[in-house]
Amino acid sequence: MTTRTVGEPIARREDPRLLTGQGRFLDDIGSAGLAAAFVRSPHAHARIVDIDVTDALAVDGLVAIYTHDDLPGRVGETLPVLIPHEALTHGRTACPLAKNEVNHVGEAIVMVVATDRYLAEDACERIRVDYELLPPVVGIEAARDGDLLVHDDVPGNVSAHLVQETGDARAAIDTAPRVLDLDLEIERSASTPLEGRGVHARWDGDDHSLRVYTSTQASTSVRAALAAKLELPLDRVEVIAPDVGGGFGVKIVHPWPEEVLVAWAAIMLGQEVKWTEDRREHFVSAAHERGQLQHVRVGYDDDGHLLGLDVTIWHDNGAYTPYGIIVPIITTTQLLGPYKPGAYRAEFHSLYTNTVAVTPYRGAGRPQGCFAMERTMDAIAADLGLDRAVVRERNFIGPDEMPYDHGLTFQDGRPLIYDSGDYPATLAKVKKLIGWDAFEAIRDEARAAGRRVGIGLGCYVEGTGVGPYEGGFVKVETDGTVVVATGLTTQGQGHQTVFAQVVADELGVALDDVVVTTGDTRRFGYAVGTFASRAAVMSGNAVALAARKVRQKALRIAGEALEADPRDLEIVDGVVQVKGVPGATIPLRTVAVLSNPLRYAFDAESQRATQFAAPADPDRPPVADDDEPGLEGTDYYSPPRSTFANGMHAAIVETDPETAEISILRYCVVHDCGTLINPRIVQGQIHGGVAQGVGGALYEKLVYDDAGQLLNASFMDFLMPYASEIPVIETDHLQTPSPLNPLGIKGAGEAGVIPVSAVLASAIEDAESSQGIRISRMPISPSELYHLRAEATNEEGDS
Amino acid sequence: MTAMTPTGPAESLHEVTLTVNGVPRSASVPARRLLSDFLRHDLGLTGTHVGCEHGVCGACTVLVDGETIRSCLQFAVMHDGAEVTTVEGCARGDGELSAVQRAFGECHGLQCGFCTPGFVTTVTAYLDQHPDPSEAEAREAITGNLCRCTGYQNIVASVLRAAQLRREEREEAPG
Repeated sequence: MTTRTVGEPIARREDPRLLTGQGRFLDDIGSAGLAAAFVRSPHAHARIVDIDVTDALAVDGLVAIYTHDDLPGRVGETLPVLIPHEALTHGRTACPLAKNEVNHVGEAIVMVVATDRYLAEDACERIRVDYELLPPVVGIEAARDGDLLVHDDVPGNVSAHLVQETGDARAAIDTAPRVLDLDLEIERSASTPLEGRGVHARWDGDDHSLRVYTSTQASTSVRAALAAKLELPLDRVEVIAPDVGGGFGVKIVHPWPEEVLVAWAAIMLGQEVKWTEDRREHFVSAAHERGQLQHVRVGYDDDGHLLGLDVTIWHDNGAYTPYGIIVPIITTTQLLGPYKPGAYRAEFHSLYTNTVAVTPYRGAGRPQGCFAMERTMDAIAADLGLDRAVVRERNFIGPDEMPYDHGLTFQDGRPLIYDSGDYPATLAKVKKLIGWDAFEAIRDEARAAGRRVGIGLGCYVEGTGVGPYEGGFVKVETDGTVVVATGLTTQGQGHQTVFAQVVADELGVALDDVVVTTGDTRRFGYAVGTFASRAAVMSGNAVALAARKVRQKALRIAGEALEADPRDLEIVDGVVQVKGVPGATIPLRTVAVLSNPLRYAFDAESQRATQFAAPADPDRPPVADDDEPGLEGTDYYSPPRSTFANGMHAAIVETDPETAEISILRYCVVHDCGTLINPRIVQGQIHGGVAQGVGGALYEKLVYDDAGQLLNASFMDFLMPYASEIPVIETDHLQTPSPLNPLGIKGAGEAGVIPVSAVLASAIEDAESSQGIRISRMPISPSELYHLRAEATNEEGDS
Repeated sequence: MTAMTPTGPAESLHEVTLTVNGVPRSASVPARRLLSDFLRHDLGLTGTHVGCEHGVCGACTVLVDGETIRSCLQFAVMHDGAEVTTVEGCARGDGELSAVQRAFGECHGLQCGFCTPGFVTTVTAYLDQHPDPSEAEAREAITGNLCRCTGYQNIVASVLRAAQLRREEREEAPG
């Protein structure tokens, strides 16, 4: 038997390249080309009165300066609303270069192209833009007040308003024995991949074709968008995602203004043009996420069973809605986690502010939803004097209730139906891992020693693997190499390894013989993209199905060659053999030769496939009516709906009684993402997610002042965690396979980040239980905790 | 407003010669050319990455005369005549991965790989000075470098594994 690789912690095949400086990221491409730089708005809200480029014309190396007026046809028009929705009644997007008005600091106004980036920036500095300042709308409260407008034609700053309801939640709450109200807040954060955005374009005037490299999570859709914007036939445009230095959501947005403009400029100038985003540009002109205000009203019985849940969300969507209202839809649907809410009503208002657009960042609205639900669970437990784990468990959907239909519509427009999961088992595992039941003694002991330690818990369910589809292509070359392609992109998930594992096992070949390409429209043109924890689910299954097709064809051809029934054949280590008959074998590479009847022989292998090489039935065509040449196959996986992973985190924290410093003493994760292809890679995804969650819970927030200036647009001031801030992460897992796909996979990419703010809020509150504080806003810094203590003390004094 | 004829003065250029990964390399560049851009775009050594351009992320870390520096904070002309080691020069002379590089592979110490060159150079220099770190010391050694993918768990493990591999190499070395 070929050694199975699926389920094994195989070392990544992309690593030797990346470890020796041989990776090829966007800015590594096309050093000889021209460079683009942008004049961006320094104001949050202003009318453009005049643009004067005179002084810039003197810059040596200047090639071109473009403003909105220079952009022809569709190039200059507003960018698409990628995901329309009937509730998005007032979707607004930017033009690639601002037309008359700018709506956030960082919005592009002028593009300069020069012989190198230094010179392009020199020219940018010499361009003068006159503005008529308009009052900015900053912060959710200001947007909600609606006194000032971001867009004149959007009343109340409301881009979308959506209500989803099952049952009569308000009536259920009104008649419930107990009712609680919570006001909650999550602040802004951002993906901040270490590599920013970037795009390189090359126009081939002879071939009338465009090749674009872009640091994207969706190369096929960038291709379609650019073809539409530039009015080129689709087959004249190819888009390639090279090595991508992290995405975490922000690179799913497309086409970025810069993607359209750089590609257009390359055509206009007939030369290669590249733009590499710098770090400040990334902060002020890419995208952010997370910022929400929430009101939760919950009715429950004396045992803590939910009877009705009514949630209202005010979601800050920034200045534009290029990605629609996916984030608040996910918040309001995924908020439910592993629980039965009783009657449920969720309402959101998506609001414009004069800040960078809000689009998905890892978790995509789930961390906010999880925070709302888990804070509610903790509040119920506190109200009833019950163990927080007990309240959660009482509200779990049972494993015997799967599949569970919430009666809502999920972000993919499909019913919100959980496919599988064993939540009590997950809870039992995480309680055991952290020592939940023994903690009270530890807390008391610490308290006696003057220390404050607390434990927290958070549960989530994550819809993963959204459709509509992904495809896979598998081909056995005549040298035995197995070439695999799938259209979605890779930004660190190890797809060259995991998809090779799947194909190697399905086909019966050695892992080393499989070569995987992703995100290259020349190799696979139909795809959606890498987001929503979907790549392993979607393309993993697609390449498996394609490999199964190839296997069937290989067995048929080998059966003819070996004069054996294909059902008696197996493929082991790249050789087709008759089960139990030693010597009756044919290598897969030879099957590949036979699969492609040739007229011309160019080497020893191909001689075997020419017309005089083998006896053939003279009455049959060399390629049968229902056949195609080549040992290759393409197939697609398209799920009926998402598959739902779950997990539970628990943490022990210590807070300093004097300084209010918050230390994470232990962090435990139990997760269930169905069948694991590569446990090492899944664990790495969990680690990275938790680290981003810790950042979002304790350190990272994007701070705008009242004028709409982003005050911390650098890594100096936006506090991304270093190794010193991230605790040891202890992990364990369950594997409840998804019944929805052949491999039983559920996604894992976003899982780690989802419950961290909820868990740490719970743990800090527990550590501070003697102080009686309530945490309603994340992230929380030591100074904020200090102030919460002071407020609690004052309230105590007042009462 | 396209294809204008430039009229301004060209910048004056300076010949900068570095010994990079043991090989003398030269280019004529303006005084303001950053060392990171010089390595990447003038010498074509694109393994050195630029993540923040303000010396915080550490992705651009290279070794100059054996010491780690942030190449995005230095001008190339400041280092005329220096010995520079980049990630491309961290592999052994025979092309085999170094102990540090192998350790990162074995421990899954990288995901997207963008910050990785800075970690490889940083850890290589650190282990030259501190061959036997504790776990806490290994963590401390990498606290100047940002990684957005791994949560650092496996990078700490990689530092410890690299130290172990280097010890084994020393023990196996003849003489």
